[in-house]
Amino acid sequence: MIGCSDAVRKPLFEGNSMTVKVKFFASLKEQMGCDGATVEIGEVATAADVWLQASGGKALPPNVLVAVNMEYTDQNQTVTNGDEVAFFPPVTGG
Amino acid sequence: MRLVVDKAPFSPWESVARYEREVVTPSFPGKVGAAATFVGTMRDFNEGDEVRGMTLEHYPGMTERELQRILDEAGGRWTLLDVLLHHRVGELSPQEPIVLVAVWSAHRKEAFEACRHIMEALKSRAPFWKKEQLDGGHHRWVEKNSDGY
Repeated sequence: MIGCSDAVRKPLFEGNSMTVKVKFFASLKEQMGCDGATVEIGEVATAADVWLQASGGKALPPNVLVAVNMEYTDQNQTVTNGDEVAFFPPVTGG
Repeated sequence: MRLVVDKAPFSPWESVARYEREVVTPSFPGKVGAAATFVGTMRDFNEGDEVRGMTLEHYPGMTERELQRILDEAGGRWTLLDVLLHHRVGELSPQEPIVLVAVWSAHRKEAFEACRHIMEALKSRAPFWKKEQLDGGHHRWVEKNSDGY
């Protein structure tokens, strides 16, 4: 479990880093124990790298959907400084 | 075109009547030949259990963007006169309306097909999540939507 009070994390790497905003929703939010975090990460990173940093190294569950800046994408998308990266379970509206 | 995502309970039939009277008919006098409407309502049962209530979570911002994109896609694929889409979020009780899709067009083919498409696209793409309240204080996230086709 990740506590929201532990939101800002140290970078994995030495050298240049960037900051991205991470959001979790629904059952994933409950599993993670918070609705998001601000993550500092190396300046070349994918959404999957952001997940690893934010989750403390947990494997990305296979059914989790990924959005960067509110657009659906996949875990291999490169993220840039200031991006908002969201992870959530399959949607069930309507 | 009107898109509403809101916590307040609403009456879909009154919304359709009011929107048609105040917006659609004045904008297209004599041109409307068809209106197709879908209303989704909260059941008091699911997967063999009684459901006492529901919380609808959403991703503010992305929800509206994705819904807008779905409506834009429908407008590009069919010749439509107007669309009204309303979706509840927050706390719901059984029998309360969850979602309304209303489509106005000159002919029924466009209204039927666009209404169906918008609803199915919403179900598979719009970032909403349902959490059910069951007996005994138990909660359960709905894990996936049933197939609509």
